[in-house]
Amino acid sequence: MTKRISALLGGTAIVALAGPAAAQELNALVWCDHTDEALIAPFEEEFGVTVNLREYEGTGAALALLEQSRPGDWDVLVIDGIDVFRVVEAGLMAPLPRDELPLDDFFPEIVMEENNAVDGTLYAVTEKFGYNTISYNSENVDPEDMQDLSTVWSDEYAGRISIYDYYLPVMGLAALSAGIDTAAMDAASLETIAPVLSQMRASAASVAGVVAAQTALATGEVDIVVGGGEWLTAVLSADQPELTWTIPDQGAVRWTQSIGVLADSENPDLALEFVKYIVSAEGQARLATSSCFWGMPANSAAGDILTEDQRAALRWDEQGDYLARTQLYPAPDADLDIEMQDLWLDTLQQ
Amino acid sequence: MTGARSGAAGWGFVAPALLWTLAFFIVPFVVMGAMSLATLDGRTLVWGLHPDNYVELATRAYLWRAIIVSLEITLTVTIVSVLLAYPLAAIIAFRVPPRWQRLALLLAILPFWTSYVVRSYAWLLVLAQEGIVNRALTGIGLLDDPVRLANTRFATVTGFVHFFVMLLTLTIYANLVQLSPNYRRAAMDLGANAFQTFRHVILPLTLPGIVTGAFLTFVLCIGDYVTPQILGGNTELTVPQVIMVQLGRRANFPLASALAIVLMGIVTLAYLGCARWLRLDRI
Repeated sequence: MTKRISALLGGTAIVALAGPAAAQELNALVWCDHTDEALIAPFEEEFGVTVNLREYEGTGAALALLEQSRPGDWDVLVIDGIDVFRVVEAGLMAPLPRDELPLDDFFPEIVMEENNAVDGTLYAVTEKFGYNTISYNSENVDPEDMQDLSTVWSDEYAGRISIYDYYLPVMGLAALSAGIDTAAMDAASLETIAPVLSQMRASAASVAGVVAAQTALATGEVDIVVGGGEWLTAVLSADQPELTWTIPDQGAVRWTQSIGVLADSENPDLALEFVKYIVSAEGQARLATSSCFWGMPANSAAGDILTEDQRAALRWDEQGDYLARTQLYPAPDADLDIEMQDLWLDTLQQ
Repeated sequence: MTGARSGAAGWGFVAPALLWTLAFFIVPFVVMGAMSLATLDGRTLVWGLHPDNYVELATRAYLWRAIIVSLEITLTVTIVSVLLAYPLAAIIAFRVPPRWQRLALLLAILPFWTSYVVRSYAWLLVLAQEGIVNRALTGIGLLDDPVRLANTRFATVTGFVHFFVMLLTLTIYANLVQLSPNYRRAAMDLGANAFQTFRHVILPLTLPGIVTGAFLTFVLCIGDYVTPQILGGNTELTVPQVIMVQLGRRANFPLASALAIVLMGIVTLAYLGCARWLRLDRI
């Protein structure tokens, strides 16, 4: 009897969710990989809703958008894994129910409780990760040289390098080459990595965003992208298999992106369903191979859905080694962030 | 009574423009000015009359460098665009038969029809080491090896000039066709050759059109973010690029606003410098 009542209540809940959802819209602030129709359409069809997506670049831009919006305008937020604490501090995120999320299937290193939870309450969940490391054209450079960061930006490859235009991962790579852990970076360590950045800058032909870096590598304008990785070359490798990436002996930095429900969401149940869909095995496989950029899914169960070619492009079987040899890219506090950005801009203007 | 009515009617006609200016210029400008005097405490915005951002502007080398880079690029673009647009406009105005002038102008502004961003990326491919320019130069033997054209200031200037030559051609053409042919005839009757006629008659009379177009070029160029970002390869940063960096991660609106105020100051100085010749009715 109890089971029947539970089933009835459960069914009612689903109908309650699905009923009004016919006219429902979900508004999500996302990175470009979520705008792939192949990712969003199955969710829209299943729930009979429309998902409105707004791309943004930079956590500052997202915070500005949220501040300028009315409470309830946005339901879901995708954010850099190292910045979850910023939106939680600002009171923008709603708690997530751990028992409804497949966290046990995640790569353990990617659960990142220290980033996604505060005082034991989960506010976001990692959805995708990858590496900021060295992408290169294997026909034009010696792959052995790419295993040593100091050789990568040495005079030997001067003028053949593009640097990814985001200071945190690039400064993280500079720190690793100077023997400094990214988590240990402080104001004093910036003095150590400043000459490394200057050397990198002197050897670089350009400092480029995602599209420009891909274009530069694909057209032969440069042979190496410092800060590149699978997200840069995976979509190119089908046509140009010579474009590849490696993790040097000193290691590399790891990026992650998280997803959560906004505290003021007017559709919290639907927003949670969206988060659950994104971190499900099916959603993860689609997100990993988004037409905007590829990256490893946080949920390892996605491996059963990805094709052999897709797993090979993502280097699925090497993730154990890669995760052991990489560090999360620097997550500076506000003061250190200012100093890092100033150093970065000083370096670019040299 | 009549005077009061006509006064009210006058305000009625002016009111829409005044409201427009108030809503979309004065209020945003005041907000931006106030924001430039605010500061960040960690990541929290603190309103007040803090000179911190302007002190930083005066003491930070990369910020000064951004202003200098912006000015250098903008002045180069303005001068090159005028030098290229004037002959083009003159040919259309004086050499092309009147019935073909409209078509010639249409062809001159055809690149306006494509997306600005797409056009910038197209230039990136054209100027690449394996691009059409390098291939042509090496193909005809002018160069032994490809040279670096993309991701340089040259690329930024090229992208800008391509756009602004079209704009300047229109403003200068509009000026040239308003000139009565009698001026040229009179100069020649008095014994002036073609160069003297141009130097002493046509050029001074078309100066308002040139200055107006050049001023528009200056204003649009110094505030542009897309072209230097795509074509310049971040090998040097302009003021709009530095503004975007301030906003992108740190949401440092106060410093970004101070930079924007400086840009407005530069544009104001440029306006004052050429106000004597500015004739917007010549566009």
